[in-house]
Amino acid sequence: MISSSTIEYQKKELPAKVRTIALGLLFFGLILVIAGYFVNPARMAFNNIIGLTFIVSIVVGSIFFVSIEFLAGAVWSTPFRRIAEFLTYGVFIIPLVLIPLFFNLHDVFHWTHPEVVNADKILKAKAPYLNVNFFAIRVIAFVLIWIIFQRVLIKNSEKQDLTKDQHLTAKNVKFSAAFIPLFAITITFTAIDFLMSLEPHWFSTIFGVYYFSGTVLASLAAITIGVIFLNENGYLVKGLTQDHYYSLGALMFAFTNFWAYIAFSQFLLIWYANLPEETFWFLQRWEGSWIAYSIGLIFVRFVVPYFGLLTQPSKMDPKRLKIMAIWILFAHLYDLYFLVMPNYSRSGVVFNWFELGFPILIVGALLLLFFELSKRKNLVPIGDPKLKRGIDFRL
Amino acid sequence: MSDKILYGYSAIFDKPDDIIKAAKTIAESGYTKYDVNTPYPIHGMNKAMKLKPSKLGYISLIVGLSGALAAILTMWWMNAIDYPIVYGGKPYFSFPAYIPVVFEVTVLSASTATVLAMLFFFFKFPNNSHPLQGTEYMKKVSSDKYGVIILQDDPKFNESEVKSLLEKLNPVEVIPIYWDNEEINHKHKILEPKFILFLIVVAILNSGAVYFVYNKLLYMIPFSWMSEQQKQNPQQKSLIFADGYGMRTPVEGTIARGHLPYQFAGKPDLAGEKLVNPIPVSKASLKLGQEKFDTYCSPCHDYHGTGQSRLRGQFPNPPSLHSEKVRTWSDGRIFAVITEGQNVMPSYSTQLTEDERWAVINYIRVLQRAMNAKESDIK
Repeated sequence: MISSSTIEYQKKELPAKVRTIALGLLFFGLILVIAGYFVNPARMAFNNIIGLTFIVSIVVGSIFFVSIEFLAGAVWSTPFRRIAEFLTYGVFIIPLVLIPLFFNLHDVFHWTHPEVVNADKILKAKAPYLNVNFFAIRVIAFVLIWIIFQRVLIKNSEKQDLTKDQHLTAKNVKFSAAFIPLFAITITFTAIDFLMSLEPHWFSTIFGVYYFSGTVLASLAAITIGVIFLNENGYLVKGLTQDHYYSLGALMFAFTNFWAYIAFSQFLLIWYANLPEETFWFLQRWEGSWIAYSIGLIFVRFVVPYFGLLTQPSKMDPKRLKIMAIWILFAHLYDLYFLVMPNYSRSGVVFNWFELGFPILIVGALLLLFFELSKRKNLVPIGDPKLKRGIDFRL
Repeated sequence: MSDKILYGYSAIFDKPDDIIKAAKTIAESGYTKYDVNTPYPIHGMNKAMKLKPSKLGYISLIVGLSGALAAILTMWWMNAIDYPIVYGGKPYFSFPAYIPVVFEVTVLSASTATVLAMLFFFFKFPNNSHPLQGTEYMKKVSSDKYGVIILQDDPKFNESEVKSLLEKLNPVEVIPIYWDNEEINHKHKILEPKFILFLIVVAILNSGAVYFVYNKLLYMIPFSWMSEQQKQNPQQKSLIFADGYGMRTPVEGTIARGHLPYQFAGKPDLAGEKLVNPIPVSKASLKLGQEKFDTYCSPCHDYHGTGQSRLRGQFPNPPSLHSEKVRTWSDGRIFAVITEGQNVMPSYSTQLTEDERWAVINYIRVLQRAMNAKESDIK
């Protein structure tokens, strides 16, 4: 509310060190992935699913974050909206992660085998939806939707840096309103297609929401990490305070609870009804060493972030918030592993360098993308009419 | 004016930015007993006033955790210790089922405690009147102005200093606020007759309204339309029949379908001679017989009628249905056993209708034939 502040933004280039780190991660991840495909392609195909759903979470979640800001007329997130916008450029990485998967569909989805489907009454009934052609059409359509809306929203936002045209904000509000329902549909079917159909006999109507909660958490965590690293080193506009950090932390806290609510709802209904066609999914995750992993999920995904973000100071202190954001990003990977890998290894948890390839590759790719974008574009939407109010935002 | 006791000095501002600046200045000048009144919450006020985080959260935490614990202990005591009943094949103490209840009780107790603690500890309820009540100052700051008031009991309070400090902040106006003489001499007691009378009136009105709604209103048209319908309810007096009974007895000698009176009670051998199976052997009849046999007979007689009970000795094993005796019995003789029971076997006449009993007998014949197949059957 104090209107004495002015917009002080000096564009600075990120140190070249970032580029070195990003390239290092990228190549290291790439080597691991390529080596993995030579040694054990089936296992890498499952890891590919984890990597794909991980990057979709961060990238599409960031588009969601940007569009929600426009739609709600939020001001507090405007000063660092560009960080989310940079992450949305990851939509162009998604097709690259998809390509190896399309060559290994048979390893991960057993509904792609005609002889299996023909011998199975249930899979036969699901075949009109679960077949390779329709699957490919859906995936391509979803990626196209994401790319189109990424282009429209971010182009308008970047144009505003130069023109300072307020109508661009109004335009983006309309596009955001169109994107939200499409986001809901695409993210739900992404969850169903890539994660739920790994076990095509199983179904859970809440599964899309489950993945959505993880998506929002992962993108928020990625944005928070970016905001804190850049702001602490003075790359962002002056005036970002702990009130902004608090809001990011509070959102992560809220969605941590939301995830727990959804995950528990899914578990409770299946546990209570005790129908064999539903319970086997959880029983698979209760076998061998998976039992420890599944119980660990409660702690990694819920208990630790819950207590880590519960108090007010923990959300305001950039150091603690940074640790929690990195933890939440890790927890999302942990969760995806929980969803995917029991289909690869029934007997117990497996972990080796195979599992590291895709996450390292994706983190490296996003970091490099971020670095390259930060050279060309402003790190702050300086033309946005909401920017000043955003800097003045106080709890 | 001199006979009035000062409560505090207030200043009124036009803009939210001014009030934040004012709060900051006053806090920096070292005053502790002052308050800000605004029509809506202003972002950044906590920091400007240098307020410490509220202690209210601890009360919510403690009461919430106690609520959670109480819920868990209650359910554990009731479901696992005092009156254990198996629900849906789950263990007596099944934690997943408790979580929703624990969650609700936690939220309910924590939120109730928060509101009550806020009222009684922080707002000092019951505080019947406040010096600011009804003042011009309060009227303004609750509509479109922003006010700050420095209280007279502040250790640093000095009338002229405070006045000059407030005036330096460029307010719209500076007003001293005085205690109402009547209020300051009036000791408020919670058992004041007026208050008690008020409570009694509220109680009478409340219970009267509830009594009226549930005992009178719901029996008036149109509110009674759901409960009074044009039909005869069981046990209800009839206005149509002369004897006044709403429930009529059937005409004498009426027999319900499938409920022919059993004429051979206590005479199983006679039943065996006289009764003839009216149900021809057909696929449908055998299927029905198998279904009923598996449901009602197989727990003791085994699915194949061998008498290998599935009840693990909780009930004595019956003799085999494949003995020479049973095989040579007529259908009517078996019908008598099912209808009346035999030895420890109870009557199954309520579980199985007559047709179903005959169907079961047809199925028993199938089992017997299968267990004692002739050479010609195998070929």
